[in-house]
Amino acid sequence: MPVLVDPQRKRKIRLVVALSAAVLLAVGLIYTSFSASTEAKEPSQLAAASPGTSYEMTGRVVPKSVKRDGDGIAFKVKDRDGKGEALPVTYTGTVPDPFRGGREIVLTGEVEKGGTFVGEPDTLITKCPSKFTTKKEDA
Amino acid sequence: MPNLGGALLGLAFATTVVAAGLALLGRNGERRWVDRSRYAVYVLFGLLTVCVVIIEVAFLSDDFSFDLVAGHSSIETPTFYKLAAMWSSQEGSLLLWAWVLSIAAAAALYATRNRLREIVPWATAVMMGVVAFFTGLMLFAPDVNPFSSTSPAPADGVGLNPLLQHPSMMIHPPMLYSGYVAFTVPFAFAIGALITRRLDAEWIRSTRRFALIAWTFLGIGLVLGARWSYTELGWGGYWAWDPVENAALMPWLLGTAFLHSIMVQEKRGMLKAWNASLIVGTFSMALLGTFLVRSGVLQSIHAFGDSTVGPYILGLIGVVLLGSTALIVSRLDDLRSPKRIDSLASRESVFLLNNLLLVGMTAVIFWGTFFPLISEFFTGDKASLAAPWFDRYTTPIAVLLVLFTGIGPLLAWRRITWATAKRAFAVPLAVAAVVLVVLLAFTDAGQRPWALVLFVFAGFALAGIAQEFWNGASARRRLSGGSLPGSLVAVVGRNRRRYGGYIVHAGIAVLLIGIAASSSFQTNRDVQLKPGESTVVDGREVTYVRPTVDTTAEYLQFGAELEVEQEGGEPTVLRPSKRYFAPTGSGPSGIGSYFQGESTSEVGLKAGAGSDLWTAVSPNLTEVQKQSGAAERGFRECVRGAPGAPEECKALGAMMKRAAADPSLRPAALAQIAKLQSLAASQIAGTYADSTAAATFKVIVNPLVTWIWIGALIAFAGALIALWPTRGRRRGVPVRTEADALKEAKYREIRDAELDHAAGKLSDEDFAVLDAELRREAVEILDRVEGRNGAAGNGHAGNGDGAAGRGEAEKVEQS
Repeated sequence: MPVLVDPQRKRKIRLVVALSAAVLLAVGLIYTSFSASTEAKEPSQLAAASPGTSYEMTGRVVPKSVKRDGDGIAFKVKDRDGKGEALPVTYTGTVPDPFRGGREIVLTGEVEKGGTFVGEPDTLITKCPSKFTTKKEDA
Repeated sequence: MPNLGGALLGLAFATTVVAAGLALLGRNGERRWVDRSRYAVYVLFGLLTVCVVIIEVAFLSDDFSFDLVAGHSSIETPTFYKLAAMWSSQEGSLLLWAWVLSIAAAAALYATRNRLREIVPWATAVMMGVVAFFTGLMLFAPDVNPFSSTSPAPADGVGLNPLLQHPSMMIHPPMLYSGYVAFTVPFAFAIGALITRRLDAEWIRSTRRFALIAWTFLGIGLVLGARWSYTELGWGGYWAWDPVENAALMPWLLGTAFLHSIMVQEKRGMLKAWNASLIVGTFSMALLGTFLVRSGVLQSIHAFGDSTVGPYILGLIGVVLLGSTALIVSRLDDLRSPKRIDSLASRESVFLLNNLLLVGMTAVIFWGTFFPLISEFFTGDKASLAAPWFDRYTTPIAVLLVLFTGIGPLLAWRRITWATAKRAFAVPLAVAAVVLVVLLAFTDAGQRPWALVLFVFAGFALAGIAQEFWNGASARRRLSGGSLPGSLVAVVGRNRRRYGGYIVHAGIAVLLIGIAASSSFQTNRDVQLKPGESTVVDGREVTYVRPTVDTTAEYLQFGAELEVEQEGGEPTVLRPSKRYFAPTGSGPSGIGSYFQGESTSEVGLKAGAGSDLWTAVSPNLTEVQKQSGAAERGFRECVRGAPGAPEECKALGAMMKRAAADPSLRPAALAQIAKLQSLAASQIAGTYADSTAAATFKVIVNPLVTWIWIGALIAFAGALIALWPTRGRRRGVPVRTEADALKEAKYREIRDAELDHAAGKLSDEDFAVLDAELRREAVEILDRVEGRNGAAGNGHAGNGDGAAGRGEAEKVEQS
């Protein structure tokens, strides 16, 4: 390929172009990550949550609170350290295998007027414990 | 036994210190110290092997005096999973890390025993430092000693989590760990090369194999994890951008970049600083992966409890990053290359672009993975990013990468002329155009532009690779005759790295086709059906025929028989089910616990080349649970010996009373209760077969998903071909010296250029220039070898290596 620009200058131009492209992409990345993210909250912080905002809720399922509810399930969730008020949650859709009372979960959804947290389908993540601690958790 | 193991572990720690010390004594290349340090590494490998054997024997023989065994296994755990239980624990994983690293270190030092005399001592010290870190962690950090024990030993352990009882458990974690660990070797040699300023490509040539092994293992681990998730977890996906998945993907991506860019350093002596930085980044990412799996810092399905070792690993990452960066900066002058990239239309410039894309992709994933921490730092609130955000950035990058997997093989090193380019690109471009037209005309691929572009690029890449094989084989045939298939085998056999790499490219292209198709054109439905009801999912009629139930000592399994009918096809029967595992551990825990314990989905899957039909069921156990509640109350009445209770109940009640008085009878009484409860649970479970309640089904039609696994297998085969030892090495003949290795590399370069020329990739003029240049360089090396051998009768190379090395160089010339 015949190029008429002197090589030193060509390299400089290339470098500037590459760097500005990288900077632009990085800015876009940072901007979208802040706007696309969902805030993570624990149940006790969700009491004051505004309806209509999507949150990612992390907490521990209250043992023996899981009930079948129409098409889905209803259960209660407390903060991960087990403190605070229990938050009622409903969720429709298939439940991951490890899900049960006592487990830590992450669920994206909104708080409705009655104070119930309604999870979006397919957003329920249940942590998979490596230790099999049947005794402590009791479903 | 725990004491013996603990002592051996202590000894292993001491050995790492000794080996590192000996290596540093020999840092000036003094043979006896270096040899001794290598022997110490072999001893370390032996010690850690015995440690691993002790642990595995303890698992197999149910020695619950080991806390590790009691915490992760039980008498009923199947033997297969007893073997795999070691790495389900944190302490077992650490031991696995240290052990695999001792294997890698011993192998690397054996392979380089007569080479890199200046670099090896430092590399040994670095590797031993890492082993010392992990053994030290097990010995001195709280709660992670695999040999901690309890006396008296408990009668039984708590068992291995049923979710982990999957055949993949045997391979998936060890593969990932081995991948992480094997990157230590190139990292250590890079550090050695930086310290000693021996920054030519020799350290790369000696450790490239380890980088490729690491890359392969990590890749296998990733794919097995995806497959496991797809068939077992009951959500139907194979990738979730989960932090721990990302943590394994990041070193793999950087490792991919490294494997490409080191070729540029080997062939052209460029990108030295970049390569050193890449391997430091890769190794740090591998450590980060180890850290994330065990730390609980980020919300992940893999967060196996809160770890005690997190801060230490983070500390190690900090040391690695700071130390390496300082070292690279201080060596920048030596890392500079006088050469420049000749032309944008050359293989090295495509490698550079692919490197930028891979590093960019890693940066995106890193940012997304750690965003919860980043946002907490800046805004005070934890916030996280979901799959769509990751997809938005990784999709275009992956699409471009596929394009480059196609372009790279078509280009020659240094430059390509316009005429050659036209020849090389004509067929692949035509194929890509055909793919585009066919997809637009006959499918709805046009609705998903990214997927469409990816298919077109993948068609381009696959055609380009096929053309490379064709050209190589025909060139070979013109040179030495024979049949076309014979020539193909010969040309691949003689250029394993090149053609192995091309096969990997083909595999990755196929794999990405599978990912693009299954993620863009998937139909995913959650439906509630009563027995006898049907629904239509993507043209397939799915009928819930009847509920099924299966009871075993280990679990109760509730499922469904589904009949699937596709227009014009044979009806198939799928049997998804869900297993509820019996409670384990000490003592009975009630009938209800048989229906609420750990559960796993057994997916009903009909895999096909065109599409997979994937089904999972959530059985409706309301009725069964009600019954179990009634049975529970009845059981208590029975044991209490209420009036009118049957004889068996009275007998059991009497037994309980005796047991209360005499503790030695307790185990028998408890076992009896557990047995009766289990029996009751099985009987109640049996009633599910007549259930008329609606069960929830997840039905997914996943197009081309099978090609993900097939692509992975192709890539794996390609990696094996690239890794396969060359003939000389397999015979184990030569003991090689550095100069001989240099010579051999130059010969290979000449051969490469000849092949490129014969295959029409290099124009006649370009080849003439290149060949002359390479031959001049070869002569220079030969002169140096001769000169050194002549003068080396009394030098440190005077050990007969030269002659053997020369013998091998001739062999290389012949091939």
